[in-house]
Amino acid sequence: MESYEAKQRMNTILTHIVLIIMSFIMLVPFAWMILTALKTNQESISVNPFYILPHNGWHWENFGTVWKSYNFITLYKNTLLMIFWRVVCACLTATMAGYAFGRLKFPGKNALFSLVLIQMMVPAQIFIIPQYLMVSNMGMLNTMFGLVFPGMVTAFGTYLLKTGYEGLPKNLEEAAMIDGCNIGQRFTRIMMPLTRSSMVSLGIFTAVFAFKDLMWPMIVCTNAQTTTLSAGLAKMQGQYGSEYPTMMAAATLAVLPMVIIYVIFQKQFVEGIATSGGKL
Amino acid sequence: MKKKMTEAEKREARWAYLFVAPTIIGLLILNFYPIFNTVYQSFCKTGDFGKGNVFVGLANYSKVLAAGETWQSLWNTIKYALIEVPFGIVIALILAVLLNKKIAGRSFYRTIFFLPMVCAPAAVAMVWKWLYNTQFGLLNNIFHSKIAWISDPKIAWISIGIIGVWSIIGYNMVLFISGLQEIPGDYYEAASIDGANGLRQFFSITVPLLSPTTFFIVQTRIIGALTIFDLMFMVMDKTNVALPKVQSIVYLFYQYSFTNGNKGYGATIVMVLLVFIMALTWILQQAEKKIVYHA
Repeated sequence: MESYEAKQRMNTILTHIVLIIMSFIMLVPFAWMILTALKTNQESISVNPFYILPHNGWHWENFGTVWKSYNFITLYKNTLLMIFWRVVCACLTATMAGYAFGRLKFPGKNALFSLVLIQMMVPAQIFIIPQYLMVSNMGMLNTMFGLVFPGMVTAFGTYLLKTGYEGLPKNLEEAAMIDGCNIGQRFTRIMMPLTRSSMVSLGIFTAVFAFKDLMWPMIVCTNAQTTTLSAGLAKMQGQYGSEYPTMMAAATLAVLPMVIIYVIFQKQFVEGIATSGGKL
Repeated sequence: MKKKMTEAEKREARWAYLFVAPTIIGLLILNFYPIFNTVYQSFCKTGDFGKGNVFVGLANYSKVLAAGETWQSLWNTIKYALIEVPFGIVIALILAVLLNKKIAGRSFYRTIFFLPMVCAPAAVAMVWKWLYNTQFGLLNNIFHSKIAWISDPKIAWISIGIIGVWSIIGYNMVLFISGLQEIPGDYYEAASIDGANGLRQFFSITVPLLSPTTFFIVQTRIIGALTIFDLMFMVMDKTNVALPKVQSIVYLFYQYSFTNGNKGYGATIVMVLLVFIMALTWILQQAEKKIVYHA
């Protein structure tokens, strides 16, 4: 049986080699981003000889400079607030609607649910011009309300939570009904806490989606004081595109918060994305 | 014959309407009114801030459909999808199969592959743009080449596609892993006893039983790839000579609607995209019945 074990070991080694090469490819852009961010402008464009590591000292102060000159504190605050409001709105509206669609009987249910399905089928670009015009007509350009606006309700989340509620056993509610709870109490006390994992999935999905979105903040918040990290980066690139260490420091600062949160809560992230299967 | 509702049923219905009201009202205002409004605007010449719409009939459509730019952008988008979708899926599937074995450092690898999914595409695109830089970029330095990765029209679409693949591998992989975990382990044991080797097992067990997952990923990725915008917008400067051969249909929509302020024309481009995606969705649903293996 020795040949079998040797073969197994060979397999494992080959697997690791493939995975390590792939990890390397995935990490190089991140490594280069951080290394460039630590160089001087001159150094970043000195090709020959070619240095990987900064050789004139590690210029950590680049981060401080970018932080101050581009108002990162404002960008962070705007992004965080937008994510917060979108997650709150999405979870709240979707859990209510998901419960009704998943557990209650009412006339017109199928017709109303078809609205949810249709919204999920059409490409989101079709909503953008009228949504922009609405925000603009309300005089809400360059406001937090404008940023949150398209994410106030979620068809995808409603669908996700409906599936979550449908998966719960039927007799749970019957017991509560006998105890004299009305539907509102059944929902808040028994059913909603049981769909926590779906809610977490939706929350993570909503947060990542909002964090990554570029076009919407770019069109509703043209002002550097009111915009988000993504749109802020686009603005910076337009102005200072050839100062590579500056740009890379900015990119690092923009991805860092979400990367840290992801590394801490990676189990929830990966499961959330895998179970929701939403289009990011 | 409609039954009369009992008091309890009426009460249940009232609660239900209360619960769905925020979502339904929101969808009507935020999504359904916009659908009709976009259709309407595509027949209009748009004044500033949507005011003073002048009905122009099919004028926008004849302009959009006659413009070579529209078809070129649609073709660019398809070319991007032809790189991102198959490569993003095949590489992800290989990684998922490798990570589905009991192997040291599984979650470590998974964390790394999934990393681009939590990064803003705007930042990712900036980093790749720097890697692709013709004079000072890392790639040309490593390969001692002078390739104009993003300004040569013949290459730029591939370069953008590579960023797309790099960004999406981890996401597809995670979906594949959860699909793989639903395949019962005894199938593989039985196959091993019958003498089927790893490759044979992959094609006879994994591929058919994974087909619902695969199909789901293919479908969402095709739609996702066809609405690509961020990468093109961040990587391609407006002065880039390769831009016409790379810009996607959504990029074109953005340019007309928000840079040039011609919302009627932009709305018409979205209608072209809508028809295209709806047709494709229909084709995919027909294909699902034939391709996907339902156990």
